[in-house]
Parts: sequence; C-alpha cells; structure tokens
Amino acid sequence: MPSPDQPDYYRQEDLLNVDWRPPKTPWMDTPVDFRHGTYIYPGKPKNLQILGLPNPREWAVTDEDWKLPDDWKQIVLEGMAERLKKYRSFQLFMDICVRCGACADKCHFFIGGGDPKNMPVLRAELLRSIYRNDFTALGKVFGKLAGGRELTEDVIKEWFYYFFQCTECRRCSVFCPYGIDTAEITMMGRELLGLLGLYVNWVIEPVANCFRTGNHLGIQPHGLVDTLEFMADDIEEATGIRVDIPINKKGAEILFVTPSGDFVADPGIYTCMAYMLLFHQLGIDYTWSTYASDGGNFGLFTSHEALKRLNAKIYTEAKRLGVKWILGGECGHMWRVIHQYMDTMNGPADFLEVPKSPVTGTVFEHAKSTKMIHLMEFMSDVIRHGKLKLEPSRNDHISVTFHDSCNPARAMGIFEEPRYVLRNVCNHFHEMPENTIREQTFCCGGGAGLGTDENMEMRLRGGMPRGHAVHYVQEQHGVNQLAAMCAIDRATLVTVCDYWAPGVKVTGISELVANATVFDGEKRRTHNLRLEPIPGMGADDEEGKGSGDE
Amino acid sequence: MNVLVSLGAVTCLFLVGWLGAAAGMQWAVGVVLPYVAAVLFLGGLIVRVLRWANVPVPFRIPTTCGQQRSLSWIKPQKLESPHSNLAVIGRMALEVLFFRSLLRNTKSEMVEGRRLVYATDLSLWLGALAMHWSLLFIVIRHLRFLTSPVPGFVTLLERTDGFFEIGLPPVFVTTLVFGGALVYLLARRFLSPQVRYLSLIGDYFPLFLLLGIGTSGFLLRHVFKTDVAGIKEFAMGLVRFAPVVPDSVSPLFFGHLFLVAVLLAYFPFSKLLHAPGVFLSPTRNLANTNRSVRHVNPWDYPVKVHPYAEYEDEFREKMKAAGVPVEKA
Repeated sequence: MPSPDQPDYYRQEDLLNVDWRPPKTPWMDTPVDFRHGTYIYPGKPKNLQILGLPNPREWAVTDEDWKLPDDWKQIVLEGMAERLKKYRSFQLFMDICVRCGACADKCHFFIGGGDPKNMPVLRAELLRSIYRNDFTALGKVFGKLAGGRELTEDVIKEWFYYFFQCTECRRCSVFCPYGIDTAEITMMGRELLGLLGLYVNWVIEPVANCFRTGNHLGIQPHGLVDTLEFMADDIEEATGIRVDIPINKKGAEILFVTPSGDFVADPGIYTCMAYMLLFHQLGIDYTWSTYASDGGNFGLFTSHEALKRLNAKIYTEAKRLGVKWILGGECGHMWRVIHQYMDTMNGPADFLEVPKSPVTGTVFEHAKSTKMIHLMEFMSDVIRHGKLKLEPSRNDHISVTFHDSCNPARAMGIFEEPRYVLRNVCNHFHEMPENTIREQTFCCGGGAGLGTDENMEMRLRGGMPRGHAVHYVQEQHGVNQLAAMCAIDRATLVTVCDYWAPGVKVTGISELVANATVFDGEKRRTHNLRLEPIPGMGADDEEGKGSGDE
Repeated sequence: MNVLVSLGAVTCLFLVGWLGAAAGMQWAVGVVLPYVAAVLFLGGLIVRVLRWANVPVPFRIPTTCGQQRSLSWIKPQKLESPHSNLAVIGRMALEVLFFRSLLRNTKSEMVEGRRLVYATDLSLWLGALAMHWSLLFIVIRHLRFLTSPVPGFVTLLERTDGFFEIGLPPVFVTTLVFGGALVYLLARRFLSPQVRYLSLIGDYFPLFLLLGIGTSGFLLRHVFKTDVAGIKEFAMGLVRFAPVVPDSVSPLFFGHLFLVAVLLAYFPFSKLLHAPGVFLSPTRNLANTNRSVRHVNPWDYPVKVHPYAEYEDEFREKMKAAGVPVEKA
C-alpha cells in the first residue's frame, strides 16, 4: 500500500478531476486543511541553531500549538513595517493590485489543484489583508469592509501552508499588467515566518549544510574528491579518456561552480561528467572548489540575508584562488541568484577580469560587472566557432524537448543559447506548445524548496501542466527525453515525467553535448555517459533498442 | 454582499449630491467639496508617489519576457528584455498605453477531462483597454468646460468622437464604449467564479462610481438637457478660484459633480493607485543589465558568513588526506 509520500498513492483520474470553482465559504473564513502530501515538515532545531535563527524548537505542522514566541504578533507587524520601507516591490505590490484575476489560472498549483488560495492574487491577499488592516488609512477605519483582517495564529498557519506552496517561478508576473511578482510576495512571507522560527526542513537543512560545508548536501571536501574521481572512472569506462580533476587549484583561469545536485543525483551526475569531459577536451584551465561547492542557494527560499550569507563564498573563493573569472553550470535558481543578486550582495568583483573564452577569444561583455557566465553562453559560443567536433547522429535514438527552467527564463532571459546548443547536438528536437515554454514556461512543481516527497500531492498537481505538455510532444513527436538546465528540474521532473508522461527521461544539456562530441583519443563509443549502449554504435544492438526511439 | 454595499454607497453618494443641491446647498456640494476633493487627490497622489519613490529598490529584479542580450550573433528581444533605458521606456510605453502583459492573457481549460490547453483570451485586455482609453477621451472632452478659449485638440476630439451624428446633441462613441466596457468589467466580476471569490468592496465601488458618473453625465447631455452655458460659467469659476453658482444649473449636475469629487478623493487611498504605480514597478521598469552594470543596495549590511579559514580549520586534515591543497600546512 503506497503512502502519501509516493506517486502511486495518487490516481491520475483523481488529480485530473480538478475543480477550479471556489468553495462556498469566503476565503478569509476557510481554514487550512493540513492534508498529508500537501505540506512540508518543519525545520529541525539543530539547523536553526547552526544558522543562529530565532526560536529553534521541535514542533509539528499538525500541532495545535506551534510554539510561537509570546510577542509573535508584534514581531510580524514590525517585520512587515521594516520590509515595506526596504523593498519598493513589496510596498508597491501591496498597494496597486486591482484583483483583475489575470494571474489566477497562470499558477501551476492552481491549474493542477484548484485551491483558490493558490491563485497568485489570493496568495498575495493573504499578506495584503493584514497590510490593509494594520498599515492603511481605509483599513484602519473600515476594517473588514476595506478588505482587512486581523492577524491571528490561523493567519500564520495559512501563510506557512501557502507560501510553501509557491515555487517563486514568476510565471504570474509575466501576465500581471503591473508586473506584480508573487516571488517577491512569497519571499517576504517566508521572511516573516522565519522571524518566528517557522521554516521547512527541506529548505533550512540544505541552508545549514551549505553554510558549513559549502554545499546543500553537506558533502565534505574529501567526499567531493571521491565523488568526482568516481565519475572520472565512469567517464573512462564510457570514452576511454582519463580526465583531470583540478580541485581548489590556485592560479587557475576559471572557477567552475555548479549546483551540488549534479554531484549525487541521477541524472544530474551525467551532466557533471559531461562538464568534466568537455572542459578536458577544450583544454580549459579551470578548477572546482570544495569551499564554493554549490552555486545553488536555498537562501533564496529562506530570506535575503540567508541568500547573501550563502552566496558570499563564490567571490571569496574566486579571490582566494586568484582565478580570472567564473563559469556557472546548469542550474535554475542559482542563476537567479547570480544574475539578479550576487553582484549587488557580494560584489563588486573588481579583482576579476571580464570573462573571455580561452577557446574562442570571445569576450562576454554582458557579464563585465558580475564576471560570471552561464555554461550555455560559453558552450554556444564554442559550438558557433566550430571548436567541438560534433556527431549529432550519436543522439539519433533520442527525440528531445526542452524545458525552460523558471529562473533562467524569467529572471535572466536565456532562451536561445540552450536551444542553439541542443539543435547542434541532436537531430530530433521538438518544442512543447508555445504557452508552456520560454517566458511562459511551467514550473516543475518542486522548485523553491518544495521538491520533497512529503509534498508529493502538490508536486504532482503542480507538475501537471508541465507533465501534460511533455506528454503532448511525446504523443505528437515521439519525444523520449526532456532536457533541462536546472538541477532541481533534473531531480523533480523525473517524478513528474514518470507520472504524467511515462517513458520520457530527463537529462541535462551538457550530457547530450558530451554524448555527441567526438573526443580526441576516445575509444570506439559504444556506450553513453549513463553506460547504456548507444543504438547503432554496435555494442549490443538488442539491448539498445529497448531504451530507444518511438 | 460586496456588490450591494458598493452599489448602495454610490447611490447614496449620488443622492447626497443631488438632493443636497436641490435643498439649496449648491455651495457645499458644488464648490467646497470639489476643492477638498482636488486637494485630497493631488496631495494624496503626491504623498503616495513620494512614499513609493522613497522606498529603495535594493535589487535589480526585472521579469525577463524575452531573450537577453548576450552573444553578438543572438538577437535580443529589446522590448521584452530591455537592455537600455530607451528600451525600458519602450517596454513601459507598451505596458502603459497598450497593456502589453494583459495581451498575453490565456484561459486554461481541461479538454475531455484529461488534457490542459491554454487558449488566447483577449476579452479582459479589450475591455480594460476600451475602458481606460475612452475614459481618457472623456476627460479630455470635458476640458471644454474648464478652458477658455477651448484648445483646438479638444474641439477636434469632440468632433471625431461625435462622428456618427446620432441624436442631438450627437452621442459620443466614447460614451458608449465607456459604458459597455464598464458593464463588461462589472459582469466579469459577477460571472467568473474565481474573480467573484476574490473581489472586495474596493473592487466594485470604483466600477459603480464610474458607471454612476457616466450615467449621470449621459442624462445631463441627452435626457434632462441641462444649461451648458451655466455649467461652463460655474466650471470656469471653480478653475479661476472665483466660484459662482448660476441658478440655471440643475441639481442633477451636482449629483454628477459630487461623484467625480468622490472619485478624486478616493483615488489615492484605493487600488486606483495602479495608475501611477505601474510606472514604478521594479519587474517592468528596470533594464536587464544585471551582469553588466552593478546595482547598489543602499541599505546593504554585512552578514555573518562562514569564512574560508574556518572552513579549512574544520576540514584541514581530511583535505590533506584527500590531496586537496590547503592554505596552512
């Protein structure tokens, strides 16, 4: 008998039977239903202690008493007042929403779940109702008539439930006529909850790990060495090439930073192996860092302060190692941090040089201040200059589609680089329907720290729009792989695809590049980086057919 | 409930203006209140905008809706992911004048109970655009009461607007569009279960208020044809700060004027602030130059980090054993 933590627990016909009509009771009078499978367990006290966060204690979401500090109400209201003065986004987004509802059916959680409080506008109203009540003239005079409500413990519980049912994907902000960004709202909501010691463990444990060991998974330096060496062994088995593993190497030209998910999780590890192979082939003088061993930053899902605390290590390490510039791997929210926060928070990076490709000589002027570029910017330039010998037919058994990850899409605008790379390494590339890609891309349902198994119902519901789009290209074009340049995607979309589009595997882009590259000194390539036989390459054709095409 | 409260409030306000004037209080509802409303409107607006402007934008957080500028051979989408101030102005112009983001609107539907589709849905975009543009034209048209001589563009607009020459005086196209759009926006709030669920009094009230203003204005022009010359004399008096109240001006006019005054006074305390607010929206008015120009956070403060030295102190022996270079042997 499967548990609510497992996909098998949920029947597709039940999830498909979404009722988008709101309930009879007004939303302010509808209490939260903490149903197993739809919420995430609280942060453990030890993690809060490592980070020096307030009110560490044991508690459970289903408890009546959440053991809030005595003056919790004052803490929250003062916290709101402070943030209204510090973030124009917050103050403005509290004031100007007209509740037109254009955002309502743009949220993957509302589309897949039908809970009205997952309409972005209502998610914001959860905060806005308190704002109106305690911070506006009309609200102070007219109270409920002006849309205000009193801050109670039930409101806090509601915030906890719904601000951890938002993946900060920013899809709604694309459709909002005023650009109201629910990610900003959710970030503020989570910061306010944090003041009371209300965190989810799936976020705060990685933050605590990352603070101490440099990466979310808590991999210690010798563990990282072992991991990478293990990968090098597999690379050798697949290609006959022995790659170097430069670690904490002073004086290297480039510091390479990637999400730590690439070190352990299948299929992220194949992407990681691909990085190593490609850097080897291109002869790049680069280094890994055990101290800056994660570009991913769950601080983004905690508070601006935690974000800054975890991000600091990247520039610090670049300076210590004396590199010229920084290259970043395939990650989603990491790139929101790099693109929109790092330079402001921990810059200026005046000790680095403007990134210049040692392979092609291209100077990446668009990163002249932050001094960090995306691997797909780097690789598309390499491929454009013909610096890799590619044989895309090696990927002919793959029919691939591309999932734009939320943050690279809507917080960076990197759309063409990955597509250019994909088209050069795969002969069969098919786009999903246009309302589900590029700036309108759908979240995997597990971003922003929601990708844990105890949240399985929401992940499957939130993943439904993406899953349906994948299923559509699977039926139409025989798509059997989904490429994504995000480590969270590579973890969560495996579940989503298995459930909504079984048969579609998830891959990073670099993995496809490495599989299509003819490396100097390679042995006859019969197996890909997953050590699966490549159909048509003569290893074991019988076995190959099983994994393959239409 | 929210609907009835809003409708009731607007009706009462209208009656106050109308009956008040009928009872001989033209000076109160026609002179004192409009001045008070104008002060509240201008003052309130300035205070609100200054308050927003005084809140810093600590991080550069544009929502990118198109290709960034990166490599020379990849074409950037300047208006969706602007890289210069000029492009930002272009993006904002599209947003403010043509409601670019609403134009993207789609409607999610579940087809045959098993397949999600997203159909283009232009109705809200069209309704909103019609309402706002016709409101603008109506306001401009009204300048003929407030200026002497009347500027050429006002007369021109009026002539264009009355192009169809139906009725005498001719019915303006914008009047019909305005009324139709308001009815649509109101109907949408009733009829869409989701939008009805989240609508507050503050959402219905401005719609009823605008409808009340529109209807009373229509009645003044076409049904109870009022003394236009008297109204002009009255309006010019207000503008010149030398108010006069001609006896020929009907109480209905004061009902109309009273609602306008309420709208102005209500504006800075309500969601109508979206009008000035959209210009300050950080996800729209910032250029996507994040990695080429450093954005400074004025309230940045030092945070507790985990320095490399502490990290190495904890793991030094393990690092050495694994062959990882260390600072202190």
